[in-house]
Amino acid sequence: MSDQAFHRSQAELLPERPPPTSTVGVIGWIRANLFGGALNTVLTLLSILLLYWSVPPLLDWAFFSADFTGASGSECTAEGACWAWLDQRIDQFLYGFYPQESYWRVNLAIILLFPALAFVLFDGLPYARYGRWYSLLYPVIAAILLVGGFGLEGVTTDKFGGFMLNLVAGLAGIVLSLPIGVMLALGRRSKLPIVRYLSVGFIEFIRGVPLITLLFVAIVILQLFLPPEVSLDQLVRVMIMITLFASAYMAEVIRGGLQAIPKGQFEAAQAMGLGYWQSMRLIILPQALKISIPGIVNTFIGLFKDTTLVIIIGLFDILGQARLLQTNPEWIGKVDHETFLLAALFFFVICFSISRYSIRLERRLDTNKR
Amino acid sequence: MSATEAQAPATAPTIEIEGLNKWYGAFHVLRDINLNVAERERIVICGPSGSGKSTLIRCINRLEEHQEGRIVVDGTRLTNDLKNIDAVRREVGMVFQSFNLFPHLTVLENCTLAPIWVRKTPKAEAEAVAMEYLERVKIPEQADKYPGQLSGGQQQRVAIARSLCMKPKIMLFDEPTSALDPEMIKEVLDVMVDLADTGMTMLVVTHEMGFAAQVADRVIFMDEGQIVEQNNPDDFFNNPQSDRTKLFLSQILSH
Repeated sequence: MSDQAFHRSQAELLPERPPPTSTVGVIGWIRANLFGGALNTVLTLLSILLLYWSVPPLLDWAFFSADFTGASGSECTAEGACWAWLDQRIDQFLYGFYPQESYWRVNLAIILLFPALAFVLFDGLPYARYGRWYSLLYPVIAAILLVGGFGLEGVTTDKFGGFMLNLVAGLAGIVLSLPIGVMLALGRRSKLPIVRYLSVGFIEFIRGVPLITLLFVAIVILQLFLPPEVSLDQLVRVMIMITLFASAYMAEVIRGGLQAIPKGQFEAAQAMGLGYWQSMRLIILPQALKISIPGIVNTFIGLFKDTTLVIIIGLFDILGQARLLQTNPEWIGKVDHETFLLAALFFFVICFSISRYSIRLERRLDTNKR
Repeated sequence: MSATEAQAPATAPTIEIEGLNKWYGAFHVLRDINLNVAERERIVICGPSGSGKSTLIRCINRLEEHQEGRIVVDGTRLTNDLKNIDAVRREVGMVFQSFNLFPHLTVLENCTLAPIWVRKTPKAEAEAVAMEYLERVKIPEQADKYPGQLSGGQQQRVAIARSLCMKPKIMLFDEPTSALDPEMIKEVLDVMVDLADTGMTMLVVTHEMGFAAQVADRVIFMDEGQIVEQNNPDDFFNNPQSDRTKLFLSQILSH
């Protein structure tokens, strides 16, 4: 290196320039992401081929060559799917054996659910203060609507079914498993040995046993320990078990988040005079829960899909309804794929929405950008 | 102690430490510490790493528990009684080496949190006070940003403002400039000098000897968990008594 080059100094700073056009816009994107090298190009072409092979036949089966009308399976003569049952049976897929004249109660509960969720999930809504109280009250309103009371005719939980049953059990589990999980996670990190051992024992026991075993315990064995006049509703028992099961996993997910928070955060809170619970609520948990969002959502989605296990107490959720129709003499052998597909679609819509929301939430809570 | 006792003023000390001993497991980190701090006194504590200086000031607000001895802060004796601990922490502010700002809260929220939740100050008042202190540390324009968007020096100044918002009687600084890039050290030290000029009682663990010479009433040198020497800055730097102090000073002042 010559001395001249070494002593270089710039009189003026270089001005900003726009990036080269080949790296921006649609063409830039396609070049970079689809044909950015030999392997990339091969994969792109293979993917196109795969889509070409799979999508048109699927659409053909599901729509173009499908039968949409008919009173029984024997009237489905086309090559494609048989959707004729939808017309008669969709109600059962949605409401189970809930009394038909009371469907409006389920519908109303679901309509009322949207504002209740919105006030919890989104910031900056008008009347948010009252809205949150409404959200808190919503489970009571929904319970009254669904099982009756206050002038509404009673409906026993064995009439619950279809996707509404999945929603009821799933939402209850989601709402309850998070706070229980938080308490268990804090308990596991507690300095008090009794609290710690109880939390560890609970988490390890629940995680160490298959959910279906826990459900059998709840249904068959629990009654042996309860006085004969006490009879807990079967659905309630299943919901409790699913919730506790999810809570144990939730606790470990949140514990991971708690461990990621530097000790200095707690020390700073303490040094300012905040107590343990204040420090947790204001400083530690908001950060820990934010880190844990992917894991929490994972647990939520798992829990929601576990609600299909209500079948073991003889309730027919949406999956149960699918099975029921598949074995119905009028439709046997004709609707196996179609009914499962519908059930899958319902689950996918909910789970995918949860996932999208969580991504949105993570972005909103990211305080390092902006 | 081989030290020359600096003469403390006649008033009752704000912090009284007597026969303080602390162990981490079997390791004896603080050995028989005796220290009185008068109101408005500014003390700089220095010493090699591992000498127990951070541990000592962390005992004063009970971030560390001590096993033996007596610590009285502003008339309240530190015991296992949580009420006393909280009472002391309300009056003692602390600034950490790693800032420890709360990353999920804005600068302003960082500053108003403790006044609102601990002192039960109304929000508007707490915000007014916070803005006043942010003004004093010269970053009022950053009030609505998040800590992650600020430079290290700015973060540390926010941390100082956050402590001051609790209107503490005593401020503890645990190596406040050690995690900073060189060009940011001065802006933090300037704020600390300003604070010293207001008459705040300060205990500062630091290696910034220029700061010590400028503002300290007393410099304490610690080694192996003991107070080896303490003196006014003039005599401490120009006429150190113990060999270990001389060695330490030669090491940190040699360049």
